[in-house]
Amino acid sequence: MLRRLRNPWPDHRAERLLGAVSLLVGACVIAMIVFVGVRAWPVFEHNGLSWLGPGGTLETQIANMQATSVNPPASAFRLNAWPLVYGTLLTTSIAIVLGTVIAVLSSIFIVELAPTRLRKLAIPVIRLLASVPSVVYGLIGVLVLVPFVGNHLVTASQKNSVQDFVELTGAGLGVVVVILTVMITPIMIALICEALMAAPASWREGAVALGLNPLRAVLAVTLRAIRPAIVAAAVLATARALGEAVMIQMVSGGSSYTPNFSHGALIFFYEPLRTLASAIVDYHEGLGAPALRATLYAFGALLLFSAFVLSIAGYLIKLPLRRYQVRG
Amino acid sequence: MSVYAPQLETGSPPTSKRGRRSSPWTWRWRDRLVLASAWTAGLGLCAIAAAIVLYMGYRGIEYLRPGLLFTRPAIGQSQSQTGGILDPLLGTALLTLIGIALAFPLAVTCAVWIAEYGRPRWLARVVESSIEIVAGTPDIVLALFGLSIFQLGLFAPLSFRAEGGGVYGRSFIAAGAMMSLIALPPLFAATRDGLQAVPEHMREAAFALGKTRIATIRRVLLPSVRSNIATGVTLGVSRIIGDTAIVLLLLGETLHIETQGPVPVVSLLRGTGSTLTSYVYDNSPAGEGAAPQKAYAAAFVLLVFVLGLNLLVDRIGRSRDRATGLSGVGGVV
Repeated sequence: MLRRLRNPWPDHRAERLLGAVSLLVGACVIAMIVFVGVRAWPVFEHNGLSWLGPGGTLETQIANMQATSVNPPASAFRLNAWPLVYGTLLTTSIAIVLGTVIAVLSSIFIVELAPTRLRKLAIPVIRLLASVPSVVYGLIGVLVLVPFVGNHLVTASQKNSVQDFVELTGAGLGVVVVILTVMITPIMIALICEALMAAPASWREGAVALGLNPLRAVLAVTLRAIRPAIVAAAVLATARALGEAVMIQMVSGGSSYTPNFSHGALIFFYEPLRTLASAIVDYHEGLGAPALRATLYAFGALLLFSAFVLSIAGYLIKLPLRRYQVRG
Repeated sequence: MSVYAPQLETGSPPTSKRGRRSSPWTWRWRDRLVLASAWTAGLGLCAIAAAIVLYMGYRGIEYLRPGLLFTRPAIGQSQSQTGGILDPLLGTALLTLIGIALAFPLAVTCAVWIAEYGRPRWLARVVESSIEIVAGTPDIVLALFGLSIFQLGLFAPLSFRAEGGGVYGRSFIAAGAMMSLIALPPLFAATRDGLQAVPEHMREAAFALGKTRIATIRRVLLPSVRSNIATGVTLGVSRIIGDTAIVLLLLGETLHIETQGPVPVVSLLRGTGSTLTSYVYDNSPAGEGAAPQKAYAAAFVLLVFVLGLNLLVDRIGRSRDRATGLSGVGGVV
């Protein structure tokens, strides 16, 4: 037996063995979908899709869940997850819009404008920004940005104007969006830079020869050619932003309020909120209560579903890029 | 008689006011605006990164004492009594070790199979997209998944158990298994890209010498992509040490590393503990213990690790570029 292992393997056996091990990853993904789905199922069974709708107060609903016993009645699963869904969509979409603009501009800066020495400096620096742990971002947010916003930017009259609904401490949408943008921009820059460098230089040179200035040539020709890469980068960054849990939990103010534009545009950015992922971190100590556990797994299932959809979308978007050998 | 002689334009060729290189000052204001904002965006991001590093460095030097690294955390009333960060440091190291030990063989096997065999095609596609899905799954969902798996009766021996016999599904091995899923995608991508970049003639030469495919992989291909694998491992390590959500849910956040059971190594793997990230989280105002000084000190240590790993990736990449003559921003993240 041992000798058979030590002798050179026949090729077909090696192939089958490697293939079988590789399939473990697929099994893992299936197991993940099944396990999270099964644990989340009671929530959707008892509530249907109205679970996603507005209504009720999330905090009291969750407190009710924590109070239930081992076999919770169907009514214990009652929850309206809209504030969390809204918070997730709001933070993600604002951060993605801001991040895409900044990422495209800085990619042009890195690839086309910066002098070589500056470029050599900027690339590792931006890479560093991508690898700073989210808890460090959260720490800086909660100890530096939140007090700054709370003490210097929010005025007393703004606090008073909404004190009936919510307390403005500085933690809220604005800080979340700023940090989230800084976190996801480097991911997009990586992909966009790669595509910008892979786009044929002759196209841009042709445009310059026709009389465009170099920057306009990049904007009009290269940028248009790599549009799929920009969208793919945005999709990847969306997946990252949706799942960001710890940083948002630390700086979002931790109350299931839905920021409301009717109070004024500035106050809107100071209002606290909560996202699906940050709610899981908030309540992870209550995982022992069956109803709450099912609810948290339902949040997770929603995130998993979005990640699934986004990865399919990313694949479809990258298809046209293969025409000119740009790897996304 | 006049010969038809059209008046040819004579004289010097049209001179342009802007000279040979077009200066941005002659561009339309819209282009100038884009130019200015591109510079602002690029330099602004660099400034943010510099500000984060400098601020954390300042706080770290202010609060980090060498003694903190070697004392165990403790419960105390004041800052001076709460001890150091020895246990979180060891927890981070142990978790990284478990995560990489599990992810490494899996990722390299997948990469080799997909790059070198990849048949049937659809099955290879399935594996590749599974890894992409794992890469896109938020860490908090992975943590929930891990919790549901390790709470099963089947895996109960692998995790911490309360006196009453309740299975919590929390242990180093549970957290490490989920960490391996986080480290898997970068490790896989680095290895696969390396294998795909190996020139075809190297394989052909090996085949011509009578080597089988698997022997070629072991003796020729894997040695030649060593530096890619090293990059992948480094990226995986920096993912693992930066992750918080999995630690919060799966490692139990105990103050000290607590072992479970009599067998030496197994008891450690079944035990619970904390890492630098969970220590920072717990000591920040978001956690229960509001001890910002300790949080800053631990976050500084964490950031130093991340900076070091970044430099390592750069170093490996540069030596590879010199060896192969390839370069680029490829893999900025």
